[in-house]
Amino acid sequence: MKTDSVVEKVLKSGQLVVTSECGPPRGANPDKVREKAEMLRGYVDGVNVTDNQTAMVRMSSLSACIIIKQMGMDPILQMVCRDRNRLAMQSEVLGAYAHGINTMLCLSGDHIHFGDHPMATNVYDLDSVQAIQMVKKMRDEGKFQGGADIDTPPKMFIGAAANPFADPFELRVARLAKKVKAGVDFIQTQCIYNMEKFETWMKGVCERGLHKQVAILPGITPMKTVGMAKYMKNRVPGMDVPDEIVKRMGGVPKEQQAEEGMKIAVEQIQRLREVEGVAGFHIMAIEWEQKVPELVERAGLLPRPKF
Amino acid sequence: MITAERKPMEEILECINPYNRILLVGCNECVTVCAAGGRKEVGLLSTALQMAFMKEGRTLEVKEITLERQCDPEYVEELITYIDQVEAVLSMACGCGVQEIARRYATKPVFPAVNTKFMGASERQGVWSERCRGCGDCLLGLTGGICPIARCSKRLMNGPCGGSTKGKCEISPDVDCAWNLIWERLKALGLEKKYEEIMVAKDWRPSWHGGPRRIIREDMAE
Ligand code: SF4
Ligand code: SF4
Repeated sequence: MKTDSVVEKVLKSGQLVVTSECGPPRGANPDKVREKAEMLRGYVDGVNVTDNQTAMVRMSSLSACIIIKQMGMDPILQMVCRDRNRLAMQSEVLGAYAHGINTMLCLSGDHIHFGDHPMATNVYDLDSVQAIQMVKKMRDEGKFQGGADIDTPPKMFIGAAANPFADPFELRVARLAKKVKAGVDFIQTQCIYNMEKFETWMKGVCERGLHKQVAILPGITPMKTVGMAKYMKNRVPGMDVPDEIVKRMGGVPKEQQAEEGMKIAVEQIQRLREVEGVAGFHIMAIEWEQKVPELVERAGLLPRPKF
Repeated sequence: MITAERKPMEEILECINPYNRILLVGCNECVTVCAAGGRKEVGLLSTALQMAFMKEGRTLEVKEITLERQCDPEYVEELITYIDQVEAVLSMACGCGVQEIARRYATKPVFPAVNTKFMGASERQGVWSERCRGCGDCLLGLTGGICPIARCSKRLMNGPCGGSTKGKCEISPDVDCAWNLIWERLKALGLEKKYEEIMVAKDWRPSWHGGPRRIIREDMAE
């Protein structure tokens, strides 16, 4: 074992890992974090805590992670390259580890243009691939990116994101291969709706043997309404929502759309767990966290292993 | 070239409002090519300013001159003949030209009439776009001749990110995704393998993060 991460332990045991996420509040109320995290207790192996998601200011990921850790749960620290240079990133990793946080995600981050501070400066001292290299070096060599020794290196289990649907599609496996080469341990993907395309990508991943070096957790996001389906299809860059999904959501009365969305998500999980290389699921129920337990249960992912 | 765009008229007028006699200085290099501050633009701005003053019942005396290169002390020296006759200088050169005037004529106020934008190339008639950020350690040899620092919105050195859509950047359908361009170019060159190499964290010291930069050529410096 490289770390004490529960995600790593579940993977080692050969079981499917389940993660979900908790977006920190746009304010300083810690109870908001506790409420959201509490809903997930016992249903997931790790809780991603987003880092100024969509470039909107929120409570810092590290602080919310600490709150969740204090509840006896397992947070996953998300860290974007957009807001911090390598000094700030490394000090954050040290601080997180000092608080017992041992799993993290290295991300580029949404561009500042999308958020509520479009006038701010973009940092991007590193990109996500370089951030993975940095955290791995901290863990495995006990050295800072600049080369100096670390007293008590942070043993982080390192995650990253992948979007199988972004363009150019032919590069998507190669980009993952770069993250693997950089030393990533697990990957959470963009929300999957286009099953065929995901499976094609996964085939490419397996052909290169990448699934043996990295655990892939497809992202699952249950749709609440047909409106959400349409919005995701048309408005979110890099999202691939096939027409059938929109049609299926629109084909039932409004009151039943949420249930239809849940059914779709359960079916997706059932189909994807059979796909070679799938090592678990990352469930992103956007502003719908209360539904995660039900989804995990209906998809047959309970009970979660205990360590 | 260095590109620039003229500032809004109101802003320029506000700068020169306290004065009645100014020197309006263009530059014959980059800002001429991008039609922001050459001889022609100097003439147009001069007329516009004088008209604006007239509307207020004032007169503005403008001495127009366009230097060969405003970032070169040798040419900036030519202003010596006029400098005492004016109260202020309005420069239509890039920021380098404005600063060269400020350095040479220590007691004369100087104002920029253009916003200096970027180092770029002409895409087509009337359209320029950014190409280089002067990072001081050019890596175009690794990226098929397309710069990820100037042209990827996130400056990714191992792109493309998950937002790249149909060849365009996630920030706008009007912006090309640099990494899509890089990939297409690597393919055209038969260098797909190059993509697999990780570009490691950049050393930003040769760039603007290392403090103000200078070049000293021992063989030329006196
Ligand atoms: S790599 Fe640096 S020097 Fe080369 S084009 Fe890009 S910004 Fe300019
Ligand atoms: S879409 Fe392309 S250009 Fe835009 S940030 Fe992503 S990789 Fe860079």
